[in-house]
Amino acid sequence: MNSTKTGKVGRKQERKAMKVDFDGKLTQAQRMKLKYFSGFFLKKVVLVIFRLVLLIGISYIVLFPFISKIAGSFMSPEDFVDVTVKLIPKYPTLTTYKAIIVENNYLKAFLNTFTLSLLCAVVQTAICTLVAYGFAKFKFKGNKILFFAVIFTMVVPHQTLMLSMFMKFRYFDVFGIIGLLNKMGIVSQSSINLINTYVPLGILSFGGIAFKNGLYIFMLRQFFKGVPDELEEAAYVDGSGTFRTFVKIIIPLSVPMMITVFLFSFSWQWTDSFYTNMFFTTDGTYLLPNIVSVPKSLSSSSFVAQDLYNSAIKNTSVLLIIAPLIILYCFCQKYLVQGIERSGIVG
Amino acid sequence: MNGEAKVKAPKVAAVAPKKKTKPKSLDKRKARMGWLFVLPFVIIFLTIYVPIVCNSINYSFHEIVILKGGGYDLDWVGFDNYSNALFVDPSYVETLVTGIQNLLFNIPAIVIFSLFMAILLNQKMAGRTLFRAIFFIPVILSTGIVEKIDMNNSFASYYGSGESIDTGGESSSKASEIISSVDIQLLFRNMKVGQSLVDYVVDIVNNIYNIVNKSGVQMLIFLAGLQSISPAIYESCTVEGATAWETFWKITFPMISPMILVNSIYTIIDSFTSSSNQVMTYINEVYTQSGGNVLSSAMSWMYFLLVILIIAAVAGIISAFVFYQRRD
Repeated sequence: MNSTKTGKVGRKQERKAMKVDFDGKLTQAQRMKLKYFSGFFLKKVVLVIFRLVLLIGISYIVLFPFISKIAGSFMSPEDFVDVTVKLIPKYPTLTTYKAIIVENNYLKAFLNTFTLSLLCAVVQTAICTLVAYGFAKFKFKGNKILFFAVIFTMVVPHQTLMLSMFMKFRYFDVFGIIGLLNKMGIVSQSSINLINTYVPLGILSFGGIAFKNGLYIFMLRQFFKGVPDELEEAAYVDGSGTFRTFVKIIIPLSVPMMITVFLFSFSWQWTDSFYTNMFFTTDGTYLLPNIVSVPKSLSSSSFVAQDLYNSAIKNTSVLLIIAPLIILYCFCQKYLVQGIERSGIVG
Repeated sequence: MNGEAKVKAPKVAAVAPKKKTKPKSLDKRKARMGWLFVLPFVIIFLTIYVPIVCNSINYSFHEIVILKGGGYDLDWVGFDNYSNALFVDPSYVETLVTGIQNLLFNIPAIVIFSLFMAILLNQKMAGRTLFRAIFFIPVILSTGIVEKIDMNNSFASYYGSGESIDTGGESSSKASEIISSVDIQLLFRNMKVGQSLVDYVVDIVNNIYNIVNKSGVQMLIFLAGLQSISPAIYESCTVEGATAWETFWKITFPMISPMILVNSIYTIIDSFTSSSNQVMTYINEVYTQSGGNVLSSAMSWMYFLLVILIIAAVAGIISAFVFYQRRD
């Protein structure tokens, strides 16, 4: 009993002596043993494995819908009745893609949406940067009230304003100017119909009150607040004006953040169906949400798994809608994380 | 700041001494520039947005009659639309109650999940960029039309379920598979923590797909917050011998608490303005019915007021616990 105890103590002391060995007397094997046969290392390994499993699992949850969509898009009708087919189709085919691209006019919708999204994203990024810079760096009367207004535009859901927004742009008239012109006989209508044009979304973007613009302004404002004032003061002392300072000093600094905002606004406009449904009637401008329908050549009432097939066709059109976004995302995701990391958003 | 401005002001005066009008101080000129920067927002806000909001409130008290010559008339009906929504409409109140329940249920789940994921993604490890890229995919892609189609996607659930057509949501069948194999419910029951908590956790696991999808922006905000905590604090913690657990509760959690407030509010706003929200879907449905457009206005204003109340309550409760590091 006693001897074992002393033995244990002896071993402990030996180990301790090994740990504080600063002269490099230990052999390589002893050092390895010390490093890898310790509770600390074991704990670390277990934690790393646990973390990896968790991350891979959640990544799978995120990616699974896309995997199943891609799988379904290549399936032919035979695959849907075959019970043995899970994710890999037995009779791969491209007819679904072909039918959607040709019959549903994918290219036309793509071009229209591209123009609209690019217009909105560029305008929104520019305006939000300007407005956010104004809020972040200048103290003026009404600053707080105006920022509260920005938050207000973010909080009020646009569904609430759906009716009046539609009415506003269907019978567009600012301060009754057009009505006045009508009475004077210059214009024949009492209001302008802006439905089916890009103008309503352009106006909303130009004012920074379009979809989620409050969030962009908020993000950019936090970012600009993190930019030290000394930078601008140095520029002012050197005789640079406010706008010049903004363009030459601030804009180059905030490129990652602006790309983030651009990415958000572009892709949220791209997949948006609320505004496009409201401002564009079905027989008007043809946009991407319109291609989500079953092409005539693929629909039949006699097919058993038609529901499943329809769903797969819709998924394919979703894939076609988001394909350009995925490409954009691959290029921009680096800036996304960078931009957010630098913003240092604090309450 | 003020002192510097005072120093600079005479300089400005020296540059333009000949002008009769007294040159404005730097602060005043800066204020004017500030107005210039926010001008686009102010103009459109006042000319377009405010009238839209006022009209929307106004419409909810009226009946709209569209005239043939291009124009419309309003008939005053008072609170009829509101009482119709509350007492006549068959399912508005019910949808409202379940919608708000879901909202309250989702806030803690999303906030806790995104905080957890942000902390994971903030650690140094191999493939961090890849995981980050994957986790932010839903922010970009699962919105608008994609989200709408995913909501009733029989395909994904069929091929996700393994054996038969499942009527459940997207990947709920996957989650329940995991549950049945691990038997979380049994595990939790043995821990004696109460049935409601067990149900809550199980529901979260069932809803994990939705929660992952909705927590993208929150994750980004938390990540930014974590990055802004000075590494020196952590260093001194390790020097003092604090464990990771202690470091989290004593350092990370208080420092991140302002972000928890921001994220809770953002989560509420995001989930109640999103098109997948069941109340909003219902209101949209009502909007397309004949004569339902004014009714939908009334409904959504009531919903809005309710949510504002919730936001105020949540903000009030959380900000009592928020720790602000004194800055500058």
